[in-house]
Amino acid sequence: MPLLEVSNVVAGYGGAPILNGVSIVIEQSDIGVIVGPNGAGKSTTIKTIFGLLKVTQGAVVFSGEDVTNSLPDRLVPKGRSYVPQEKNVFTSMSVEENLEMGAFTRRDDFSKTIEWVYDMFPVLREKRRQPAGELSGGQRQMVAMGRALMSQPRLLMLDEPSAGLSPRYVIEIFEQIVKVNQAGVGILMVEQNARQALAFASRGFVLASGQNRFTGTGPELIADPEVAKSFLGGGDTKH
Amino acid sequence: MNELIFFFNTVVVSGVVLGSIYAIGAIGITLIFGILRFAHFAHGDMMTMGAFITFLLAGTLASMGITTAPWVPTGFAVLPIAMVLTAIVALGLDKGFYAPLRKRGAKPVTLLIASIGVTLIIQGLIRLFFGTGTYTFFESEAKGLIRIPVPLEGVTRTLNITQPQILMIVVTIVAVAVLHYFLTRTRLGKAMRAMADNADLAQVSGINTKLVVRVTWVVAGALACLAGTMLALDVQLKPDLAFNIVLPIFAAAIVGGLGQAYGAIAGGFLIGFAETLAIFNWSVLLRPIAGTLPFELPATLAVVPTEYKLTVAFVILVVVLLWRPTGIFKGASS
Repeated sequence: MPLLEVSNVVAGYGGAPILNGVSIVIEQSDIGVIVGPNGAGKSTTIKTIFGLLKVTQGAVVFSGEDVTNSLPDRLVPKGRSYVPQEKNVFTSMSVEENLEMGAFTRRDDFSKTIEWVYDMFPVLREKRRQPAGELSGGQRQMVAMGRALMSQPRLLMLDEPSAGLSPRYVIEIFEQIVKVNQAGVGILMVEQNARQALAFASRGFVLASGQNRFTGTGPELIADPEVAKSFLGGGDTKH
Repeated sequence: MNELIFFFNTVVVSGVVLGSIYAIGAIGITLIFGILRFAHFAHGDMMTMGAFITFLLAGTLASMGITTAPWVPTGFAVLPIAMVLTAIVALGLDKGFYAPLRKRGAKPVTLLIASIGVTLIIQGLIRLFFGTGTYTFFESEAKGLIRIPVPLEGVTRTLNITQPQILMIVVTIVAVAVLHYFLTRTRLGKAMRAMADNADLAQVSGINTKLVVRVTWVVAGALACLAGTMLALDVQLKPDLAFNIVLPIFAAAIVGGLGQAYGAIAGGFLIGFAETLAIFNWSVLLRPIAGTLPFELPATLAVVPTEYKLTVAFVILVVVLLWRPTGIFKGASS
């Protein structure tokens, strides 16, 4: 049984649907990467899976349970977390308070999880008392991921984690994502740096006009001449 | 020296008391704005209502023959119960008027206009039950005056402060300390700050935003009752008690930075002191050196006459916003 199974989802913001039948399957061991041109519905897909948009057709099944149109405060305790692309930290709160907010749905002692996050991102331990708004872009992204990991998710969904970061930090963030995955957390992310992200993806999904166009492992997609020509040509310099 | 003591008695004491009332009222406004993003105009009337609930409870206690310790006005003794009751009414106001509008995606300006409606409802209800007259908490008990003699030569005046004023200052300190603890140490308090900081992220973090909204109304309602009761103890109780000070309280919240609880406290004291200083008769202080002044000292020399006290808040508001457009503590801009 897959961890996440999205089948033929149609969804949008109330007007014409933006997703016209998107299907995604992710196992807990996977790093899934969604790529595609601007306006393909990549971010919309991830928001829809997280219950932020209304699904009008199709189903979202999470570890065997139908969670179509469940709201985030119900989904987080079930083991799913989401890191938005922008404004993904509480800027006025300290790094540690940001992490605590990620554990809001937990009523047990989460101090071990905080230590686990600090071990993963040692720089955050140094800055734990500092307001998150004072950190650099790359460090903020770590706070955002740390916050999302505090609920001990089985699936972490990231919306363009590398957006706005300098190339050095892009590599660093991708390394961290692989590390999180190796710790046993399934990953589903949207990326503009398509070639770089697909290189370590165990499942890649190419979307266009709100529909699946190609599916395969990351390296397979990179090797596919049609994908490379239509979707990856210079795609890693956008934004 | 006598003049300085007069200055202390009239400016410092009343400044602290007025500042406390403004600060406690402004915290409620700023918290509601931070969480729900609208200017809650009925806050002043929630204060008045809280004061009337306290008055009713104190009256009930007195009629039952129960008396409190001589140095505690009955109004203070029943305050905790009154705060709980006002918090419940505040929750009811939200459920009855604001929550249905939010559910339909109403804009902040719609909620603001709804709150003006709530203002009229509360004022009407109070007039229906209590009439338009004024009441005092000190019908049967006197305001105990404490005179502290200053052991200096030639000093005839004493430092004067009333017992209710001391209690108000103590209660304000306790309230601010409890609020600080709540916002920085407790799970729900931090969730409130998180939601004020970034409501969308709070939602995707799994924070129960509906619960946070309810907690906000409880805190704002309880503090409104406290501020209203303090105001009623300081002056008198009447149906438009706090409606008249809702503008300086809003000014305090904006000056401090909307959404910033500590900013509201700073803004409250700033405006409270500025108002007291502006209406103070500076001739009293200048009289001893009248001979050296190049002009004749008038009998009264104040920055503004008492009737124009309200303008002070707005002057400060304009000056602060020119210097820092989002308030002293960098509040929300929208």
